[in-house]
Amino acid sequence: MKDVAILGVGMHPWGKWGRNFVEYGVTAARAALADAGVAWRDIQFVSGGATLRNGYPGYVAGATFAQALGWQGAQVNTSYAACASGSQALAAARSKILSGECEVALVVGADTTPKGFLKPQAGERPDDPDWIRFRIGITNPTYFALYARRRMELYGDTPEDFARIKVKNSEHGSANPNARYRKKFTAEEVAASAMVADPLRLMDICATSDGGAAIVISSLAYARRVGKTGAPRIAAISTVTPSFPSVIVEMPDLATDSAITGKAHSFRAALPKKAYEEAGLGPKDVDVAEVYDLSTALELDWIEDLQLCKRGEAAKLTRKGATRVGGKRPVNPSGGLACFGEAVPAQALAQVCELAWQLRGQAGARQVARARVGITANQGLFGHGSSVIVKR
Amino acid sequence: MPASYGPAALLPGWHTLDERVPHLLGARCKSCGTYYFPKQVSFCRNPACNGGTFEEVALSRSGKLWSWTNACYAPPEPFVAAEPYEPFAIAAVELAKEKMIVLGPVVKGVGANRLRAGMAMELALEALADGKLTWKWKPVP
Repeated sequence: MKDVAILGVGMHPWGKWGRNFVEYGVTAARAALADAGVAWRDIQFVSGGATLRNGYPGYVAGATFAQALGWQGAQVNTSYAACASGSQALAAARSKILSGECEVALVVGADTTPKGFLKPQAGERPDDPDWIRFRIGITNPTYFALYARRRMELYGDTPEDFARIKVKNSEHGSANPNARYRKKFTAEEVAASAMVADPLRLMDICATSDGGAAIVISSLAYARRVGKTGAPRIAAISTVTPSFPSVIVEMPDLATDSAITGKAHSFRAALPKKAYEEAGLGPKDVDVAEVYDLSTALELDWIEDLQLCKRGEAAKLTRKGATRVGGKRPVNPSGGLACFGEAVPAQALAQVCELAWQLRGQAGARQVARARVGITANQGLFGHGSSVIVKR
Repeated sequence: MPASYGPAALLPGWHTLDERVPHLLGARCKSCGTYYFPKQVSFCRNPACNGGTFEEVALSRSGKLWSWTNACYAPPEPFVAAEPYEPFAIAAVELAKEKMIVLGPVVKGVGANRLRAGMAMELALEALADGKLTWKWKPVP
């Protein structure tokens, strides 16, 4: 049995609050501890997701949060893995528990983000592909748009299909007190928003946000001792790398691998595949999914990568309403990145928080009926990504 | 193919400077034949290959349009935007021989609305707003 229990989850609401990221982390951590009914002093391992935009305290986020909550002698870790930082921090805590080195751990991610496009670190750094691509004008939305256009060409998806994702997610997010954007948008409003990277408009692309998320996890034995036998469990955490040759051009690269020596691989599809194997579960078991909708169109790619439908059929699934709360395959009941905006080291944890609430039946107006198995999917720069399966 | 390094290039050694028939300069692993762009010079990234020697190769200068988009708003620094800003298209072009896709801006005057999936594209050289020369893609006339 490789499961660990989720004893508690908590968040600081997403927004553009302009305060220090540590405040968001502490608020989220205290909420998760209260939800778990575990005292801070009892936490044996603190695992932080790093942020690179907040100076040294962000590089050592685990220790930063531990100090802010009050040094109490716990072991500490910080993980950085771009958008998958939260999942890797969670994986570190799970490993500690499964190896028997500790019984209960706190995982925290929080970020304060600047306005506008995410941009590379400053300076003249032509050895860094992330610097080079911005130098010649290739931003994050460029990649999202290339994938979106590809869907239009391969499967006949339309901008209206993409807008439908925003409309759906904004409806979900309108019922989420932690979401930054809680207005319900219409397809007309999406279509009237400014074009950013053809075919994607402003409302097709997620913003960057401030926010914090935290999770308390423990061994199953500890969960029993504190009376949480029925708590949701983490059944899998996949953080696999791509396999060579990777033939979809990924941020921040200017070119794909050359596929002359081997079979082509898709990174996105590999992430949930490993999670399903680890959990001993399959796509048919999934009741609810939280996927990384950096763009509206990308949600469609993820639905197919999670094998919730056949390749090329995600737009049809969405048109039928199947991916709405109340449909057969609810996706992003939290409202997704469309309603949150991305707070990098917190975002993968926020996905797991949502699944915990869904599986405990505490998601209020956005509750997916009888949710017993949930999966997350997330991807970031430099071969990082994650997929987490939570089950009841 | 000799690499001609000129002061005008944004990234010297990344492409030839022959404006009539420019080529991207990549590398090819001498052990397994895998192509790289940008150049790889010290270790082959094919997990089945321990190669460490490479030859510089001129990559195919034309290919098929895999996907495309544009930049309606000025990208952030270190991009140097023209004043006033001029949106430009961006192409992902599939090179048949190398079996890889290479990104690049599209030459001035060719908007995203003129691009179609699968259309033949070829390499061009054109200056960015700060006068630095770089590779761009353009439709084969």
